Amino acid sequence: MSRLTTVRAAVTAVALLAGIVLMYFAPHADRIGYIKGAQLGTYFIAILGLNIVTGYTGQISLGHGAFMAIGGYTTAILVSEHGVRDLWTIPIAALVAGLAGFIVGVPALRLSGLYLALATFGLALAMPAILSWDKLDAVTKSGHEIQLFNSPHLIGKGFEDVHFLGRTLPFNHAVYYLTWGIALVLLVVAWLILRGAPGRAFRAVRDSELAATSSGVHVATYKTLAFAISAAYAGIAGSLFVIALAFADPQSFPATLSLTLLVGAAVAGLGSLWGVLAGAAFVQFLPDFAVHISKAQGVPDTVYGAALILIVLLLPTGVAGGLRRALSPLTTRLYTRSQS
Amino acid sequence: MTEFLQQVVAGLASGSIYALLALGIVIIYRSTGIVNFAQGEMATFTTFIAWTLVDHGLGYWAAFPLTLLIAFAGGIALERTIVRRVEGGPVITAVILTIGLFILLGGLSNWIWKAEVRSFPPDRPFPTSAWDLGGVAISKQDAGILAITVVLVVALWALFQLTKLGLALRASALNPTASRLVGIRVGWMLALGWGLAAALGAVAGLFTAAASPPLDPNMMRPVLIYALAAAVLGGLESPVGAIIGGLAIGVLLNLVVTYDTHIHLDLDRMRIPIAFLMILIVLLVRPSGLLGRSVVRRV
Repeated sequence: MSRLTTVRAAVTAVALLAGIVLMYFAPHADRIGYIKGAQLGTYFIAILGLNIVTGYTGQISLGHGAFMAIGGYTTAILVSEHGVRDLWTIPIAALVAGLAGFIVGVPALRLSGLYLALATFGLALAMPAILSWDKLDAVTKSGHEIQLFNSPHLIGKGFEDVHFLGRTLPFNHAVYYLTWGIALVLLVVAWLILRGAPGRAFRAVRDSELAATSSGVHVATYKTLAFAISAAYAGIAGSLFVIALAFADPQSFPATLSLTLLVGAAVAGLGSLWGVLAGAAFVQFLPDFAVHISKAQGVPDTVYGAALILIVLLLPTGVAGGLRRALSPLTTRLYTRSQS
Repeated sequence: MTEFLQQVVAGLASGSIYALLALGIVIIYRSTGIVNFAQGEMATFTTFIAWTLVDHGLGYWAAFPLTLLIAFAGGIALERTIVRRVEGGPVITAVILTIGLFILLGGLSNWIWKAEVRSFPPDRPFPTSAWDLGGVAISKQDAGILAITVVLVVALWALFQLTKLGLALRASALNPTASRLVGIRVGWMLALGWGLAAALGAVAGLFTAAASPPLDPNMMRPVLIYALAAAVLGGLESPVGAIIGGLAIGVLLNLVVTYDTHIHLDLDRMRIPIAFLMILIVLLVRPSGLLGRSVVRRV
C-alpha cells in the first residue's frame, strides 16, 4: 500500500470519527437530535453507495431512492408480517435491493451511460405508484402505512430503552449508534472494494470503456456489479431508515428522494469517499436552513437545484475535490519532504 | 369496436401531447447529445407564466403565442448561459445539470406560484361539444389538440427541410466542426434547438393543463416519463420516431386503462410503471428503437 493511500485511509477514518463525535455532542439531550443523526447516517450510506456506481464507475443512477424504498419495505414487511428480528432484515434488504438493481441494470448497462440514467429515472418516478398498487396489497398494503411501532421484533419496540453490552440506551440513541456503526463498516467495505482489483476495473470503465475493454475488463459485468453493490447499499440505508421511523409508507420514499441523493453525491464530490459526510449533511440539514429564507414549499428544491447546477459548473469535483485542490500545494510539500 | 375506436381517438389526443414533449427531447438530443430531463419542468414553468398572463387580463388565445415566444427566448437563454458549458463534455455532467434544472424549476414553480389549486385555462379553450363520426364521438378539444400538433409538426418539418436556417440547424447537429468552417454559427444553432424544444414543451404544458385541470406544479412529471418512453421507443434521435412513439404510448395507455374495467388490475394508477416497463423492454429488445440507428464505434 502506498503512503498516499495510507494517508487517505487515515483521513477517511478521522473524518468519520469526527463526524460521529460531532453527532454525539450536537444532538445532546434533544431526543429528536438522535433521530436526525440516524437519518444523516442513512443518507451517508445511500450516498456512499451512489458514489460507488456514479463516482467510481461513471454510471449515473437517478433511482437510488427507489432502491431505498425496496430495502425499507423489505424490512417493514419481514418485521411486521413474518416476525423476523429487525437486525436480520438488514442483510436481506441489501440482497433484495441488490437483486432489483441487477434486474434494472442488465437491460440498461449494456448500452451507453445515458440509458441507465433514463431507466433509473423511470424507476424513481414509478416506485411510489408501484408501492400503492392494489394488486400488491398482500405485500405492500397498497400504499397504506406499515406500522412497526410496538412490534416485539423491532429494537426497543420502537420506543423502549435498549440494553446492550451491560449499558442501557434510549431507543433514539440505540438507532443512532446502530446506523453509524453499520455506516462505518460499509465505509470500510467500500474502501476495500475500491482499492482492490474491482475498484481498478470500475475506474477503468469510468475513464474509458474502450480502453477498459481492450485491457480485458468485461465492461458490462463490472458495470452491473458496481450497480448491484450500489443498490444494496441503498437498500441497507432504506432498511435503517424504516427501523428509525418504526413505520414505512410511500411518502417516506418520494420520487424526488433519488434526485436528492444525487445532489448529495455531487456535493460530496464524485469519486471521493470522505466527502460523502459533507454531502449527507448538506442533504439532511438544508431543508432546516431553507425554512429561514422562506416557508414556501419550493424553497429547499430551489436551493438543491441551484446548488447542483453551480457545483456542475464551478466545482465539478465537489467539496472534497475543491478542498483537495486548495490544499494540494501543502500536502504535496509535506509528502515530498517525507519522501526525501 | 366503436368503444375501441373511441379510445384510440382519445389516446391519439393525449399521445400528441407526449409526442410534442418527446419531439423537444429529440431535437435537443440530436443537436447537443443531451437528454433534457428538465423538459417537463420547463413546460410546467411556462404554463404558469401563461396563467400569470391570463390572470393579468390577457385572453387565453392571446396568451398562447406569447407564452410560446417567452418559452422560446427562455430556452435560448438557458442554452447560452448554462447548458453550453457542459456541451461536448462527459454524459454524466450533462445529466446532472439537466437534473439540477429539473429540481430548480420544479422548486421555483412551487415557490413562486405556491402549491395551491388553480383553475386554468379559465374557460375551456376548445368547445366542449363533440362531433359524431359513425358512432365514434370526437370531442372538439381532442380534435383541436391533434390539429394544432399536426400544424406544429408540419411547420417544424418545413423549417428543418425547406429553409436555409433549417439546413444550418441540421448541419450543426451532424458535424459541428465542418459547419463552423463553412461559417455557420453553431453555438446559436444549438441555442435555437433549445428554444424550439422549450416552445414545443410550452405547447405540451398548456395542453396538459387544458386536458386535466386544475393546474398543478407537478403535472408534467408523468408526461415527462411518457415522453421519454416515446423518445426511447422512437429511437431517441428520430423526430418521426418520437411522434410515432408518443401517439403509440398515448393510445396504449388509454386502451390499457379502458380494458382494465374487465380485468381489474388497477392499471389506472400504474401508467407510470407501464411507461417505465416499456423503456426497459425497448432497451432489452431493440435499444436503437423503432427508427434509430444502432451506434457502431470504430476502434
